[in-house]
Amino acid sequence: MTQTAVTPPSERAVRKATPGGARAPRRSGRRRIALPYLLLLPALLLELLVHLVPMLMGITMSFKELTQFYIRNWSEAPWSALDNYTVAIDFDAPVGQALLKSFFTTCLFTVLSVGLCWFLGTAAAIFLQENFRGRGFLRTLFLVPYALPVYAAVITWAFMFQRDNGLVNHVLHDQLGIGDSPAFWLIGDNSFWALLVVSVWKGWPFAFLTVMAGLQNIPRDMYEAAALDGAGVWKQIRHITLPSLRSVNQVLVLVLFLWTFNDFNTPFVLFGKAAPEAADLISLHIYQSSFQTWNFGTGSAMSVLLLLFLLVVTGVYLLLTTRGRKTSDV
Amino acid sequence: MRRFRAAVTGAVSLSLAFTATACGGGEGSEASPKTLTYWASNQGSSLEVDKKVLQPELDQFEEETGIKVKLEVIPWSDLLNRILTATTSGQGPDILNIGNTWSASLQSTGALLPWDAKNLEAIGGKDRFVDSALGSTGVPGKEPAAVPLYSMAYALYYNKAMFKEAGITKPPTTWDEVAAAGKKLTKNGKAGIGVEGSNLSNNIHQVFVLAKQHGADFFTADGKADFTSDGAVAAVKQYVDLMATQKIVAPGNAEYAQNQSLSDFAKDKTGMVLWQTPSQTFASQGMGPEEWGVAPAPVPSGKPGTGKQTNSMVAGINMAVFKNTKNLDGALKFVKFMTSDEEQILLNKAYGSVPPVKSAQKDPVFADPSLAVIRDTLATSAAALPQVPEESQFETVVGTAVKELFADAAAGRPVTTESVRAKLEKAQQQMPKK
Repeated sequence: MTQTAVTPPSERAVRKATPGGARAPRRSGRRRIALPYLLLLPALLLELLVHLVPMLMGITMSFKELTQFYIRNWSEAPWSALDNYTVAIDFDAPVGQALLKSFFTTCLFTVLSVGLCWFLGTAAAIFLQENFRGRGFLRTLFLVPYALPVYAAVITWAFMFQRDNGLVNHVLHDQLGIGDSPAFWLIGDNSFWALLVVSVWKGWPFAFLTVMAGLQNIPRDMYEAAALDGAGVWKQIRHITLPSLRSVNQVLVLVLFLWTFNDFNTPFVLFGKAAPEAADLISLHIYQSSFQTWNFGTGSAMSVLLLLFLLVVTGVYLLLTTRGRKTSDV
Repeated sequence: MRRFRAAVTGAVSLSLAFTATACGGGEGSEASPKTLTYWASNQGSSLEVDKKVLQPELDQFEEETGIKVKLEVIPWSDLLNRILTATTSGQGPDILNIGNTWSASLQSTGALLPWDAKNLEAIGGKDRFVDSALGSTGVPGKEPAAVPLYSMAYALYYNKAMFKEAGITKPPTTWDEVAAAGKKLTKNGKAGIGVEGSNLSNNIHQVFVLAKQHGADFFTADGKADFTSDGAVAAVKQYVDLMATQKIVAPGNAEYAQNQSLSDFAKDKTGMVLWQTPSQTFASQGMGPEEWGVAPAPVPSGKPGTGKQTNSMVAGINMAVFKNTKNLDGALKFVKFMTSDEEQILLNKAYGSVPPVKSAQKDPVFADPSLAVIRDTLATSAAALPQVPEESQFETVVGTAVKELFADAAAGRPVTTESVRAKLEKAQQQMPKK
């Protein structure tokens, strides 16, 4: 990104240095145009190999009847046209119904998790903006969940959420005396909240880190000027900090949204193969649909639908946020 | 710049969106005739124990044949997915252990070498194996997809100290006696019997046997899913009712999936468990063989037999050869070695299981009372899980249904015939259409 930002001025400077020469600049210009693409080529090829090829295979699979009888040789699986899709979106039948329910669960989960992650991250970043003793320690401490390996961290949570021997019930039930009997966190309806807690715990340090970086770009004299004009802390946050963080937040929320919506590791490690209905996130649901019935065609069709949904959301989001920014930038 | 950023975010979202399907990988199979890769299942109390048991035997095999066997012990939670991945990619081990209930499912994928007459001849012939174990090696009438390696069966294990304290003099033989004993044992935070409510396979093993006792099956004779028959519903309800209405199972068991019920048993918190070959695990939890007793699993009449008096599934491990192996000759030699009398006695003794090889079964080690119960159960009152291609899916969907019903029971919600039937109906609709 720095590259693209820097190139235009230097290009302009070079053009200015060789005025009039019609042939030479054209040839060198052509070379110059080709150079960035040549430099990008290795990355582009790898991108194709690592991301696009599996994606295209996934899309191909979604049009095939790829059941256990064909997984040894995919190419022999018969084409099934749109059958996999009609099964996935037939919301009157159990498969479609379950997918729809899982979709709504995921939406609610994502909104709550992203909202909380953003709020906690922003609040912590703003509080730690002032210089005080122990600030460095706190900043490091807050980043620990982000630095821990996901599996190790979530397994620890799974132990803490155990009903009979877990730390959570020990504190809530045994020490604080909440509830008549210890609650279940890994099965039943509470599992949604257990999942949300782990997801926020895991996600907010990223928001914290990003917002903290964004805060460093806000000139201090803006705050000083505002203070002179009699603006309190809250007004400073509302009218200086948040608007200045706009572009940071735009990317942050989008990335958090995509990560959370697609999160597979957290529910899988927390609940195992069969997630409780209340916490049946869509990525795990797709995994279950593929591996439960060994019908990878239907699973792929669901993945493609998810991909389309996320593309639409991302597109609309970028369209809305960048349009708003264009006017404010000018 | 802005467009660039949009493109980047677009690309990122695309790739993120597809992480759910983009799984793959697997080990390469060796082309050299001097090596073999072997995926062993987890039979001991830990993966390390398995390595310790198997490695000396593999070394001996190398000494005899010059073929080096590379061992990987794979936990049960991963084994089926690893096999599926290997099947899809064609990159797998040369020899592998499979749960015998998966035989028909994996057979249908075509990933495993069929044991035709010639291959069976290479390991000493079909007649070396016990019939009941051969019944779990694939769809009847087809060439077996695997050969039996270890045999196990369910039995009722009881905690002697807790039985004595509750004044129970003999282990229960019928379900009514289980209920009565359970009531006596359930007090002061202790429970009558343990279950592994979130362990899908274990749930299946238990409700399969109960369905047999109700005269029902989960598949029709021509292999169609039939989960909602009265017998099947009654069987599932009977199992969940141990917690829901009889209250002789501690509610916490609903989330057990890592053999916690065995720890509870070893810690004198649970009086009984229905299990297959737990002696190793008990020992690793500090419970010696004199502290527990074993009896045949309960049946309606109190006398195990066939049909409605079935009291166990045919549990066990089969050994299969991956069809893509580049060293078929070596693989067959290895299977022959592992099913030889000497190895059968040694390995089954180490794992507390029973050899599926007739001549090895005669060894005095297996006349020990705790193993004799298992041997007799296998010979007289065990039935094989349905040998249909959809068996593995059945384990997942019905196992999940039972798990959800246990979650209901644990939360105090009523478990009725209707709610059981509804869950099983949903499970059946998730099965592939035939």
